[in-house]
Amino acid sequence: MFKIAKYIILDIVRSKVLIAYTVLLLAISLTIFMADGDVTKGLVSITTVIMIIVPLVSVVYSTTYYFNAAEFTELLVSQPISRKNILMGKFIGIGSSVLFAFVAGVCIPVSIFAFSATGITLMVSGCLLTLSFVSLAFFTSTRTRDKARGIGLALMLWFYFAILFDGLVLLFLYSFADYPLEKAMIALTALNPIDLARILILLQLDISALMGYTGALYQQFFGSGSGIIFSLILQIIWIGAPLLLALKAFKKKDL
Amino acid sequence: MRNYLLKLCLLLMLPAAVFGRTIIVSPHTQIQTLKKAIDLAKNGDTIIVQPGLYTSINTIVNKELTILGEGKPVLDAHHREEVVTITSNNVKFDGFIIQNSRTGSMRDFAGVRLSKVQNVTVSNNTLLNNFFGIYLSDSNNISVINNHLSGSNNAENSGNGIHLWKCKYVLISGNYVTHHRDGIYFEFAKNSTIENNVSEKNIRYGLHFMFSDDDTYLHNTFRNNGSGVAVMYTRRIKMLNNTFTQNWGGSIYGLLLKEISDAQIEGNQFIRNTTGIYMENTERIRVTKNNFRSNGWAVRVLASCYNNYFTNNNFEGNSFDATTNGSLKENYFSNNYWDKYEGYDLDKNGIGDVPYRPISLYAQVIEQNPQSVMLMRSFIVNLMDKVERAVPSVTPETVKDEKPMMKPWKR
Amino acid sequence: MEEIIGIKGLKKSFGRLSVLKNISCSFEEGRVVSILGPNASGKTTLIKSVLGMVIPDEGDILFKGAPVTGTYNYKRHIGYMPQIGRYPDNMKIGQLFRMVMDIRQEDTALDTDLLKEYKLESMYNKTMRTLSGGTLQKVSAALAFMFNPDVLILDEPSAGLDPFAAEALKEKIMHEKHRGKLILITSHILSEADEISDNIMYLIEGQIKFYKSLHQLKDETGEQKLGRALTKIIV
Repeated sequence: MFKIAKYIILDIVRSKVLIAYTVLLLAISLTIFMADGDVTKGLVSITTVIMIIVPLVSVVYSTTYYFNAAEFTELLVSQPISRKNILMGKFIGIGSSVLFAFVAGVCIPVSIFAFSATGITLMVSGCLLTLSFVSLAFFTSTRTRDKARGIGLALMLWFYFAILFDGLVLLFLYSFADYPLEKAMIALTALNPIDLARILILLQLDISALMGYTGALYQQFFGSGSGIIFSLILQIIWIGAPLLLALKAFKKKDL
Repeated sequence: MRNYLLKLCLLLMLPAAVFGRTIIVSPHTQIQTLKKAIDLAKNGDTIIVQPGLYTSINTIVNKELTILGEGKPVLDAHHREEVVTITSNNVKFDGFIIQNSRTGSMRDFAGVRLSKVQNVTVSNNTLLNNFFGIYLSDSNNISVINNHLSGSNNAENSGNGIHLWKCKYVLISGNYVTHHRDGIYFEFAKNSTIENNVSEKNIRYGLHFMFSDDDTYLHNTFRNNGSGVAVMYTRRIKMLNNTFTQNWGGSIYGLLLKEISDAQIEGNQFIRNTTGIYMENTERIRVTKNNFRSNGWAVRVLASCYNNYFTNNNFEGNSFDATTNGSLKENYFSNNYWDKYEGYDLDKNGIGDVPYRPISLYAQVIEQNPQSVMLMRSFIVNLMDKVERAVPSVTPETVKDEKPMMKPWKR
Repeated sequence: MEEIIGIKGLKKSFGRLSVLKNISCSFEEGRVVSILGPNASGKTTLIKSVLGMVIPDEGDILFKGAPVTGTYNYKRHIGYMPQIGRYPDNMKIGQLFRMVMDIRQEDTALDTDLLKEYKLESMYNKTMRTLSGGTLQKVSAALAFMFNPDVLILDEPSAGLDPFAAEALKEKIMHEKHRGKLILITSHILSEADEISDNIMYLIEGQIKFYKSLHQLKDETGEQKLGRALTKIIV
């Protein structure tokens, strides 16, 4: 599978879309850091931007690439190699390419201008976010037949996770304001990879405010390392689970 | 001639009267306790205590003495009584380790107690595991300098580090207080100065004022206490150039102000506190030239506060700049720098052309529904705040900085 | 003649559409078999089933006697030329060949006849995006033959190839046939099938209408040309 991954990376690295994405991220990061002397404020701005852009590009680009390479996939299937290795190869290839763009566009500037606990958290959660949305793209792509539908579904997923979800959570909070919702809130957060990445960054940027909550569960969640561990583990699940389901679908899929 | 002789005699006797004798206390001499030395001494004498462990069950200093510990001798009360009580004026008490006072709810047992005295200096002592540390009552012109106080860190068995009751003109300088209930406590203590102290990890407050007017505290650090400093029922306190940091938790504040008036809060650093300044029933407070950085809430001003002025401060990296619990009136913000300000400065005078509203919509939301803290920095929250800033409808109309600075104040 | 590929009771439907309805047949070595039929008759589905791209609902596919559904090692012995060759845009021809070599890791000498014939070696550094449809077909053809497989499966091979390239391919097919290989071809072009086929399989609506030798077919119909013979049978 690493053989396939290698050649996919060689292909994607030269693709204009990926280069454009890298340049876009780099431009955003540099502009923010240059415009403002305050690195913490810079990190806040970058966080706001990447929570929207990174999932969008990751999911749409992966889906597009997946469908554009449909015939190539057929060719691979006609070769003596298992379907599992083919899909994993594709995931590693696409995933590491999109990840590379994030590393070059965000991690490097952050390392230079804002190397701190918050900076590291931003980098780690951004990387995990990238991979989870590549994984989600694989999940939807292996379950749809044509490209238009696949991209439509990818966009819907992005819209749901990036925008709609938190609105629904807020609505939920207001509807059940009189009940203790700590557990429910933490559980809801687990259902959205973007929220998990956000919580990780919150735990760095806003720990002072978060510590103001008296509820025992929040105290434990925010105060000890358990919030960080919880978010990290679930983010990894958000990478692994859709990929596993994609694998299951791909093994049975007619090409 | 007789006159001259008399004068000569007096002159010869003077050194004894002015400089006094020196008495040495040591485990190896006849004078083996401080108590015995005090019994032998006269006003003006000096007692030097040599290294060793001495039991001191409430040794009472009732003469005008200079008592110096040499190489940090230990005075230990073995939890039976107070360690040392000073009841005479003009005492200097310096260089001891004072430990294990009795604890209990009946009396405020202390490591060193000063009662109804004047011109006393307590300096360079280490107080360990005492119920109260240094306890001053009804005393004036006292100096408490360079002491190191560490309590038991047990909520039930912990009194205050440096405790003042009905005192005037006290200088508290260069002390370190930790693991006590309140690091430094002032009740009816007036015209006093607290400077260059560090108060951290105390169970309640780093520094606590009750009914204590006209005091000044400056250049102190209050770190990781139950709250940094609490100023209550007090007037005309000056709070200058202090650092309030890492005072974290529910109902924990960097600086808590309650029922106070005419205070000056200037040049302080509020860094990484859950709430930087909390104000309840305050009047005529001037908050100026302070830095608020990385706090959960930089300032929380309740609706019961009037005529408070926030000017020339920097607000940077706070989760929320300001909140309140109702409609806030007659509190004024001006010429502050707010890192969240997104306005413009067309006339290039360094002051933004549109006002800044420090209370965001989400701050209001979280006020009503604290559990929504999990949504902080989400897209929906950012969107709500942007819309509200563009078209204010829920946030208090009166709370705004008409002259927000474009760049932070350099200090 | 030894059977290489056997198909037993193969059934496949996509949703409600039944594409292959109980197909059984066998393909032997040293033969060129043309699989003919109208559009949507199941030709492509049949060969995709053999290649493991389509997973059959029922039935078995045997490769040299062993069932192969769900396995992949037998593909070592198959060369496949797809109908439309599309490869990742920025991949170079050389990279594609190298990748497949990496995957197959075979010790046998590579068959570079077509590579030379189509002068592809000089284009190793060209990216797929810059190639014409015809060139892509040449790449696909060269790749199919490269590893000396026992079976060649060619899906509409001459579509898009220029006459010279098509002729070269035809010669290559005949050459490989004489070396004892099985060649399965789907095609629309009857004259071509006429020229090279030993056997003709005709599919209609997912069923084998007939599967005979070309010779027999012509004898039975008394026609000299495949096209006319077919018309006679079908109509």
